[in-house]
Amino acid sequence: MPMPENVEGTTPKYLRDKYAIVGVGETDYRRGSTLSTRAMATRAIGNAMRDAGLKASEIDGMLSYQFNDSTFTPLVAGDLGIRLNFYMDVFGGGSSIEALIGIAIGVIEAGMCKTVVIFRSMNGFSQVRIGGTGARAVAPVAGDMLHSRAYGWQSAGQSFAPSFMRHMYDYGTTAEQVAAVRVAHSHHASNNPKAFYKKRVTVEEVIGSRMICKPLHLLDCCVETDNANAIIVTSSERARDLRHVPVKIRGVVGRCCKPRSDMHYQTGPISTVAGHYAKEILWPNSGVQPEDIDVTGSYDAFTFTTMLQLEDYGFCKKGEGGHYVSDGTIKLGGRRPNNTSGGHLCEGYTHGIAMVIENVRQLRHDADDSCPIGPDGRRQHTHDYGEGGCRQVKDAELSANLGWASPGTGSALVMRRG
Amino acid sequence: MITAEYLGMPLEINDLDTENLDYFSHCSRHDFRLQRCCSCDLFRYPPTTACPWCSGAESKWVAVEGRGTVHSYTEVHHAIQPAFKQHLPYLVLVVELDTQNGKPSIHEALRVVGNLTTPDGVLAPRKDVGAVGIGTRVRMVFTDVAPGISLPQWTIDEGAADKSRVWRYPLE
Repeated sequence: MPMPENVEGTTPKYLRDKYAIVGVGETDYRRGSTLSTRAMATRAIGNAMRDAGLKASEIDGMLSYQFNDSTFTPLVAGDLGIRLNFYMDVFGGGSSIEALIGIAIGVIEAGMCKTVVIFRSMNGFSQVRIGGTGARAVAPVAGDMLHSRAYGWQSAGQSFAPSFMRHMYDYGTTAEQVAAVRVAHSHHASNNPKAFYKKRVTVEEVIGSRMICKPLHLLDCCVETDNANAIIVTSSERARDLRHVPVKIRGVVGRCCKPRSDMHYQTGPISTVAGHYAKEILWPNSGVQPEDIDVTGSYDAFTFTTMLQLEDYGFCKKGEGGHYVSDGTIKLGGRRPNNTSGGHLCEGYTHGIAMVIENVRQLRHDADDSCPIGPDGRRQHTHDYGEGGCRQVKDAELSANLGWASPGTGSALVMRRG
Repeated sequence: MITAEYLGMPLEINDLDTENLDYFSHCSRHDFRLQRCCSCDLFRYPPTTACPWCSGAESKWVAVEGRGTVHSYTEVHHAIQPAFKQHLPYLVLVVELDTQNGKPSIHEALRVVGNLTTPDGVLAPRKDVGAVGIGTRVRMVFTDVAPGISLPQWTIDEGAADKSRVWRYPLE
């Protein structure tokens, strides 16, 4: 969609489009990386620097996020010969990347540095798994966890499941509707050579897969992989000299919460998630509306998280998320494809950053699918979305990323083609 | 410092965690009490360091009736903690207490988490797990873990008047 004109927002207007994402990079999605998180981070950042056409001396800020399962920024910067004017490592997962992009804008705007690289590096399969298995399963249960983990209620899926179940009860959402998220993302992944799971699946295969914790079947849950991702943020003015069409940042929301977000089940209705609040910041600050968006990246730790967020950010009416995700809208070729890389359900798992990278490539009109490379060195996208084909959304101008930590906390980002 | 083991998990309440020490010490006497704010008189759960409704610092532990309705649930078929495997499938219930239901707003309630257990606090057998869903009336019982720590749990309230309106996940 073309940009609407004369839009009003609450953000200072001079910040809209003033900053851009100029470089993205990642390592392969593997189970068994045979690399340290430090080594993966340096490779992902190196790829992002080459993608942008930036040297180490041209980067002076670094941000990362982690769960005591990664490497701190000074070590990674040191390995790459990057001298930092600013760095920070924050604790957190799926609601981090959009928030950190906002923080990067803030620190550049404050004059603390000029160009910031943000990374997430995790051996999420071979070292520290998110679900609470391994070392995390035997850690002492103390504090607030006495009211959750002691009841065998600890993994993300277990923790969120009552919210998902209540949505089915409140609105009549069906397992088949929500399974369509996995189906769509698996189709997208089949056109993504990087994806860990490239096989297309059906609704029947999703609801026929073994039950993990109701209403989540195995295929309602995302994949665990070893991977690092990196994104470089700088001013749009600086971006003009770099390799790609800049992808400009319209608006951000960072870790917007429901009341009592730490115990998200305490504040009702529990079938409403943080996007309900975040949308009041995201759309005015971006100066666009959901109907303007061409491609979404709604966090898919689970099929349900994609559905709940698209609904609460206003892509459909409250309660109609099940219909929205199953009527073809979110598939490639549909009105507004979601997670065109295959997302966390299929491509791999790195706490949301890869979904921003995918939308950067979409807005560059440079999705790295299997389409042929033309004489100008650019991919000749066919827009044939058959298996093994194209995954570039035609004429993509605006994207939205909807990050998720839990039903109680979310972050979001709107980007435009510069 | 209280340390205990329950279903293979080390439980721990350190000496500075006075809110949980108080909460579980009442539970160990099978006396369910919640903090009631001295400023606004509202209860809260779980134990916290201030009142989420008015930010008041002072509270008293006041007895609350352990009865309510299942607001939502998950039925776990894939255990994370090894000792839960022998009890699969087990239920995690989010129960809205009758006390203070709909206050301070219509969307609020004291939502107390627990497993479905037998009346003596053992994780419930499969036939009971399959009978409980959203709308089930439950009453509180306790699992005694160690001196100073018992876990509040939920069991089917056999004496409840209306047992007909129970919603369960439909694909079973």
